[in-house]
Amino acid sequence: MTWLHRYARVLAAATLLLIAAGGLVTSTESGLAVPDWPTTYGQNMFTFPLDGMVGGILYEHGHRLIASGVGLLTIGLVIWLGYVERRRWVRRLGWIALAAVIVQGTLGGITVLFFLPPPVSIGHAGLAQIFFCLTVAIALVTSAGWRRPDVEPVDDPVLSRRMVTLTAVVFAQILIGATMRHTGAGLAIPDFPLAFGALWPSSWTPDIAIHYAHRVGAAIVTVLVIANVIYLRRTWPNRRELARPAWLLVALLVVQVSLGALVIWTGKQFVINTLHVATGAAVLATSLVITLRTFRVRVADALATA
Amino acid sequence: MSMSRTAVAAIALSTILVAAACGSEPPPPPAAAGGGVAVDTATAGTLTGRMTFIGTPPVPQTLRMAGDPACSTGTGSPSDAVLIDANGGIQNVFVHVKDGLDSKYSFPTPTDTVVLDQVGCRYVPRVLGLRVGQPLDVVNSDDTFHNVHGMPSANVEFNEGQPVQGMRTTRTFPIPEVMVRFKCNVHSWMAAYVGVVAHPYFAVSASDGSFTVAGLPPGTYTIEAWHERFGTQTRQVTIAERGTAEVAFSFAAAASSN
Repeated sequence: MTWLHRYARVLAAATLLLIAAGGLVTSTESGLAVPDWPTTYGQNMFTFPLDGMVGGILYEHGHRLIASGVGLLTIGLVIWLGYVERRRWVRRLGWIALAAVIVQGTLGGITVLFFLPPPVSIGHAGLAQIFFCLTVAIALVTSAGWRRPDVEPVDDPVLSRRMVTLTAVVFAQILIGATMRHTGAGLAIPDFPLAFGALWPSSWTPDIAIHYAHRVGAAIVTVLVIANVIYLRRTWPNRRELARPAWLLVALLVVQVSLGALVIWTGKQFVINTLHVATGAAVLATSLVITLRTFRVRVADALATA
Repeated sequence: MSMSRTAVAAIALSTILVAAACGSEPPPPPAAAGGGVAVDTATAGTLTGRMTFIGTPPVPQTLRMAGDPACSTGTGSPSDAVLIDANGGIQNVFVHVKDGLDSKYSFPTPTDTVVLDQVGCRYVPRVLGLRVGQPLDVVNSDDTFHNVHGMPSANVEFNEGQPVQGMRTTRTFPIPEVMVRFKCNVHSWMAAYVGVVAHPYFAVSASDGSFTVAGLPPGTYTIEAWHERFGTQTRQVTIAERGTAEVAFSFAAAASSN
């Protein structure tokens, strides 16, 4: 394992922490606890006193500090890639990640200054996932397993298509979740697993529709994960680089669905809510890793000289 | 060329984002204040009444303020969202004349300031009334951070930091709006509600649920009573010359019980 790869993994882990911190901000309704941006109560955010981090400020300011750390780590990654990485497309991936984190920070500022308009907040949540996926992808393609695989990588277009579909559906599901979250529809349907005591709600509002769509999305993701894991087990039973993340995906899915139920049953308890957000990101990243590994032969080799 | 394209794309994106963020247009200036006729105080009457609760009063939620040592009381303290006395009187119901006031009357905008204080990490008072255009001072009497987040729908939303004890934020509201919610995002339990009305005929119920609205010109009015948990009710009331009319509002428990 190279130090660059280790560094990329740290960045990916820090990004997951950042997403969790963002989830904590929305779960505690602390998004406007610091009214100004990029300053914090008129002070430079890096010199804001620790004893001022009380109540919602702890979550919002903490989120900003972690975000700044992730931004600095991303700059470091781009510089490092520029010095040691021969593959131009990987260096470009670093630049795209840097652009994404800059836009992401700006979106975070805009949403605070304009009192959390849902389109901007949802965009902020969606771009967070894209940036996380970029960091995971960079960590993956800088790994020894990717660069010098022990065995011939799997080349299965059917599996690739299945995994691309799953990853896209998980991302869409996260966007629906973000929409539900930022429009206050998290408890629009107050019971689970039924919806107002039935499988199909008898009356509909936009909030109920968004909430119900998220539940339907969870069911679709579950079916796709099970189908893909069964396919993988049958077609590639001895490929550890696919089987391990596949089982992790199943485990994360079980945790994620359980957390989703607990969100309802606890009335959106903020720790449960936050874990639900973070686990959703982990599901997406795990699905992405399997997806990218199925493309190793066709894409990575084609880009080997790019 | 590619740089200029990038710059144009960035400007376009920013414009779209800001437009999406801004959303609505700024509100219009205050409406004209009536037809210039002053209410004849010699013939004006009075409206009195009481807000009562029917059924078993909800148990107040215990607020956990441990997130800020400046607020924490150690064991937590009860929420003041629902205050009901032993006789069922409900405090903090906002009552106002919603309809029926003759448009010939004018009501000069008061220049005295209404104060909404933050004491012990609570808004004091929790519910208050304000005239259109009348200054509202939101004061931080606590030795901790607060943010004053006004969340109107008809007026302009705002969010100002008050990091230092003694700071005050002054606001006016040009459009009648019942109610404007105030929130502190630093302390999630903090909430206040301000009724902004275009005339002086409003009141907030006292601890025994009673209220008085004085100086009403004779006429028939729609009276609205609002409570943050129990919702709104209206009643028709006729005020005779120099007369006193009584109106009673009865509320029952809503779904939540804090």
